[in-house]
Amino acid sequence: MDPTAAKYIGAGIAAIGMGAAAIGVGLIFGNFLSGALRNPSAADGQFGRAFIGAALAEGLGIFAFLVAIILLFVVK
Amino acid sequence: MAEAGNAIDPIHQFNITDLAPLHLFGVDASFTNASLFMVIVTAAVALIMVIGTSGSHLVPTRLQAAAEVFYEFVASTVRETAGDAGMRFFPFVFSVFMFVFFSNLIGLVPYAFTVTSQIVVTFAFALLIILIVIGYGFYKNGLGFLHLFMPSGVPVALMPVIVLIEVFSFLMRPVSLSVRLFANMLAGHITLKVFGAFVTMLLGAGVYALLAPLPMIGIVLLTAFELLVALLQAYVFAILTCVYLNDAIHPGH
Repeated sequence: MDPTAAKYIGAGIAAIGMGAAAIGVGLIFGNFLSGALRNPSAADGQFGRAFIGAALAEGLGIFAFLVAIILLFVVK
Repeated sequence: MAEAGNAIDPIHQFNITDLAPLHLFGVDASFTNASLFMVIVTAAVALIMVIGTSGSHLVPTRLQAAAEVFYEFVASTVRETAGDAGMRFFPFVFSVFMFVFFSNLIGLVPYAFTVTSQIVVTFAFALLIILIVIGYGFYKNGLGFLHLFMPSGVPVALMPVIVLIEVFSFLMRPVSLSVRLFANMLAGHITLKVFGAFVTMLLGAGVYALLAPLPMIGIVLLTAFELLVALLQAYVFAILTCVYLNDAIHPGH
C-alpha cells in the first residue's frame, strides 16, 4: 500500500477513539443530569466533580486525537 | 479545490508571522503576531481588573460587577477543589484562568489570533503547573509526596503495577492538560473557517447561492457554541490545575 494512503487511513482509524470519548463524556453528563433532576439541591455542589470526570474522560479521547495529529503532520 | 486552496485555507489563521524580527544569540526572539495578541490579552485582563476594582462602590458598576464575578467564580472553584490550604495558589490559578479565558474570547473576534490554539503556549502553561505541583509537593511533604503514587489499601502484590500506572498517569497530566485546550481551540476555529468557506463557495456557484444563508446560520450558532467552549475550557483548565495542586497539598488520598 502507498505509505501516504496508509498514513491517512491510520489517522482516520485513530480518530474513532474520539467517538468513544464522546460516549464517555455523554454518560457522565447524562448521569449528572439525571441525578441533578432527582435531587436538585445537591446538584450545585457536584458541578465541579462532573467537569473533572468529563475532563478525565475527554483526556483519553485527546490521546486518540494526538495519535491522529502525529500521524498526519509528524510521521513522514 | 486546488485553485481555491489559497483563498480558503482553514489552517492559515494559525500561521505565525514576524512583526519585528529579533535574533538574540542564535535564538529567534522575534515579536510575532502571537506575542502581540498575548500583550493585548494581558492588557485587557489588567485593565478590567484594575479599573473594575479601583472604585469599590457599594452598588457595583458594570465593570466592577464583572471583576467580582470573575473573582468569586475562581475563588469558589479553588476553595471547593483544593480546600482552604489551596487558597495560597489563588493568585496563580486566577491569572491562568483569566489569561486562558481572554485568549479564547479575543481569538473569537474575526481576524484575531488565538494564542491558546498554539500547543507551545498551552504546553508551557501545563509544564509550569506540573513543575509547581512537584516543587510544592516535595517542599511541603518531603518524600511523603511520593504517597501520591501509592494509594492506601492496595494489596502488596498489586503495588508495582499500581505505582507504574500512577507514575505514568502523572507524567501524562501536562500532555492531556495542554492538548485538551489546544485541540478544542484548533478544532473550533477550523470548523468556523470551513463553514465560512461553504458560504463563499456557494455564493460563487450560480443558482446554489440561494443555499448560502444555511451555512451562514450555522456560523452564527457555532460562534455562540464557541463562546461556551471558550468559558468551559478555561474553567476545565483552572479546575484541573486546582485538582493537581490539591494532590501536592494533600497527597496519599
